[in-house]
Amino acid sequence: MSGPTQDVLIDIEDVSKRFALPQTVLNWVSGKPAPAVHALNGVSLTIHRGETMGIVGESGCGKSTLARCLVRLHECDSGRIKFEGRDIAQLRGPERRAFNRRVQMIFQDPYSSLNPRMKVRRILGEALSVHKMRPAAEIPARIFELLDLVRLSPDAADRYPHEFSGGQRQRIGIARALAVEPEVLVADELVSALDVSVQAQVVNLLLDLQERLNLTIVFVAHDLRLVRHISHRVAVMYLGKVVEVGPAQALFSAPRHPYTRALLDAAPELDPTKRNRTVAARGELPSPIDLPKGCLFSSRCPHVFERCLSERPRLGDRGPQHKSACHLPDFGSAD
Amino acid sequence: MTETANHRATRVRGRLPRPLVIGGSILLLSLFIGTFPALFAPYDPNVFDYGALLQPPGFAHPLGTDNFGRDMLSRVIHAYTIDMQIAFFATVFAFVFGTIVGALVGYAGGIAEVLFGRVVDAVITFPFLVLVIAIVSVLGPGLVNMYIAVSVVGWVFYARIISAEIKVQKQLDYADAGRAMGYTHMRIIFIHLLPNSITPAVVYWMTDMALAILLGSSLGYLGLGAQPPSAEWGVLIADGKNFMATAWWISVFPGLAIVLTGLGFSLAGDGLAELLRVKR
Amino acid sequence: MNTPVPALEVRNLTATFGDGRLTAVNDISFAVAEGEVLGLVGESGSGKSVTLRSIMRLLPASGAVSGEILWQGEDILKMSDRQLRSVRGGQISIIFQEPSTALNPVLTVAVQIEENLKAHTELDRSGRAARARDLMDLVGIPEARRRLKEYPHQFSGGMRQRVMIAIALASNPKLLLADEPTTALDVTIQDQILKLILDLRDELSMSVVLVTHDLGVVAATCDRMAVMYAGRIVETGTVQQVFSEPNHAYTRGLLGSVPHAGTERTKLLSIEGIPPGLNEISSGCAFNPRCEFATQICGTRTPVLEQTGRGRQAACFNRDAVIASGSPVL
Repeated sequence: MSGPTQDVLIDIEDVSKRFALPQTVLNWVSGKPAPAVHALNGVSLTIHRGETMGIVGESGCGKSTLARCLVRLHECDSGRIKFEGRDIAQLRGPERRAFNRRVQMIFQDPYSSLNPRMKVRRILGEALSVHKMRPAAEIPARIFELLDLVRLSPDAADRYPHEFSGGQRQRIGIARALAVEPEVLVADELVSALDVSVQAQVVNLLLDLQERLNLTIVFVAHDLRLVRHISHRVAVMYLGKVVEVGPAQALFSAPRHPYTRALLDAAPELDPTKRNRTVAARGELPSPIDLPKGCLFSSRCPHVFERCLSERPRLGDRGPQHKSACHLPDFGSAD
Repeated sequence: MTETANHRATRVRGRLPRPLVIGGSILLLSLFIGTFPALFAPYDPNVFDYGALLQPPGFAHPLGTDNFGRDMLSRVIHAYTIDMQIAFFATVFAFVFGTIVGALVGYAGGIAEVLFGRVVDAVITFPFLVLVIAIVSVLGPGLVNMYIAVSVVGWVFYARIISAEIKVQKQLDYADAGRAMGYTHMRIIFIHLLPNSITPAVVYWMTDMALAILLGSSLGYLGLGAQPPSAEWGVLIADGKNFMATAWWISVFPGLAIVLTGLGFSLAGDGLAELLRVKR
Repeated sequence: MNTPVPALEVRNLTATFGDGRLTAVNDISFAVAEGEVLGLVGESGSGKSVTLRSIMRLLPASGAVSGEILWQGEDILKMSDRQLRSVRGGQISIIFQEPSTALNPVLTVAVQIEENLKAHTELDRSGRAARARDLMDLVGIPEARRRLKEYPHQFSGGMRQRVMIAIALASNPKLLLADEPTTALDVTIQDQILKLILDLRDELSMSVVLVTHDLGVVAATCDRMAVMYAGRIVETGTVQQVFSEPNHAYTRGLLGSVPHAGTERTKLLSIEGIPPGLNEISSGCAFNPRCEFATQICGTRTPVLEQTGRGRQAACFNRDAVIASGSPVL
């Protein structure tokens, strides 16, 4: 029986990541540090075995950067990411390869995530042989199995990526990730580039695969409705920090952070009777190069007060497994 | 419910691009002539015939004879051998070496890229011909030295093209997917990125081969390349330079051969570019 | 009782490309009342964007348009260049999806707004400058005076979209055409822009045709909607009607594909297959290959959009079966 457990599989501890921007000569001469985009500003999060953790936020929140740090496509500047208790940055050689096998990523853009010059057979076969998943003789059969798993017919093996639609290419990407039999799938905006009716197909497939293969999924997306649909727990990110994390049900029905509240109010529901004309969050995202002091949401928060402008709030408990980073501990609470 | 690949396949089946067909035919013919010149040449190219000096094109000698009575047709034909060799050997080493270095530099970025950039700057500052002549004058005349000289300078251009392409390809998700898979850097560079980056270099190689013939001919004309009495188009043109007014056929026909073969490479290059273009 | 004359009436609009080989829009008809927000909903290949651009005759040279587009009684397709120029940007304005490409990067915002004013109003220079400031206020861009002197790249995505709206509104158009205006924006910014459009509609009594693929946007902003598939309209009605009782299998499938509250972690209703490309449209009903309600007739005859109630239309032979299986959302 699969499903979320309490086992902490991935532990993200206070991770920060900056991307340096080109230094101007004037700044260099005057000794000022190079400007940088602060993509992650002290992110802490735990992901449990067997669950689907949804990570949601708007552009610039750092969710994609975090996803890439999880598979070591980026190295963190500070903080640690632990997989089964071990710091992934310390892994070398065969241990590192084992890690790559166990934590796999599926990418957003179906048009660039597959090598256009390789047939599907080779794309999948390479994953199988490099990680020695099967003896050479069994690889062809395993390729067909994988294609079947993602609901593509066997003749897909001899075709090139450009012969497939966007949704089909995403499935090939999933098949590639599954070829190495991972325990964790990190999906970065898996369906954003697809038509709505095709999104549903791929989402259904993912739910099915999780059930069958007992996967842990980290689902990164900006689409709130989608994240709510698929996740057990959800983390909401804003400007490189987790502002709220908790069980999906609780978080969406009674959000404990003003930004989550704003996101929910802003995301249009499929109910024309529930229209309202007030804007959920005013103003614009502050620059990720020049972060505001104090709470990162302070410039747009309808409940802002003095403390918010000088002190950055930390994640505090609000309920079982539910945390929020806000100076108003009672915000959104039922009592 | 499983899905087959839908009919979104946009490959236009079976039709090779026309420039490739035309250019390719010219090249294949040239290659054939160069490999079996004796099949085509009516006379021995080196035999003097004092009874038929400076004959204009006519029945016995379709392209005329030169000032030693040598049949021009046979000489032009035999020159194919040397000139096709020049086309290949003057370029292939630069292509291979430049591709490998360019791929590594483009992928590594950082300091390697900065250093490489300075090397490129140094090389392109000088006119190509001047550099090559300088090297040849140090090494001495002759074809092999010419190959060395051209390769030493020429690899930089290939490396630059490949490096730029690799940088672009590296940004695409399939490169990241490879890294996330734990594939080694070598595998990602040479098995994934390079096949997607090599087309511009291949096309450049085609044009480079045409230019190599011109270069070889120029050096031959200057006496720094193939040495007389070998039949090489540049040498032939040089042979005829004193007779332009009286016996134009000695220089003109080798010149036409250069043009024709160069055209073949050019068209083939264009056609190849079209054929190899990646479908999205 | 007289039914009011619609502001815009499209009749039998057909748009083809490449000498008639590819049909992007196939004989569609619809109307937009004054002050109404009409949603044109569809996925890729549905023809919704082409429809919008056809209204303003903005198709590329290879496109051919036929039919009638009646704007306040006059057929746009038959207008002379002079008449068309006064309509375009003057009485009918259009805003696009990508504000970064729709705005001219080398001209200041002030110039771009005033350009529109110069072409469509009688204001003199100081009048135009004042109006430009008013427009910036109207669309919610603070510090209007300073920002007017800036270039598009100095604005964020949401702000650029507001600038585009300001330019579009400069001449007080009676009809605003919006082609996926918020698709490229974050959800909180999308919320701001959509509510802005509704506020402006109220203030200026404008009609709006909003092209989108997002049913949530339709639910939040539109009064009426038309669902498009493979170049045809398959269903129309008020948003309330269509959401509570979809008459066409595609509409129903689309509504079911979107995750909504109360159905977490269950399988979404999904439509098998993918929308057809322009040259792959099958005979009979275009949706037939993907339809779970399909019957024999669906493959042989093309269903016609039929009136099924006041303001309600559907093009489906199996309407009753679709209605019987209920709405996935309401």
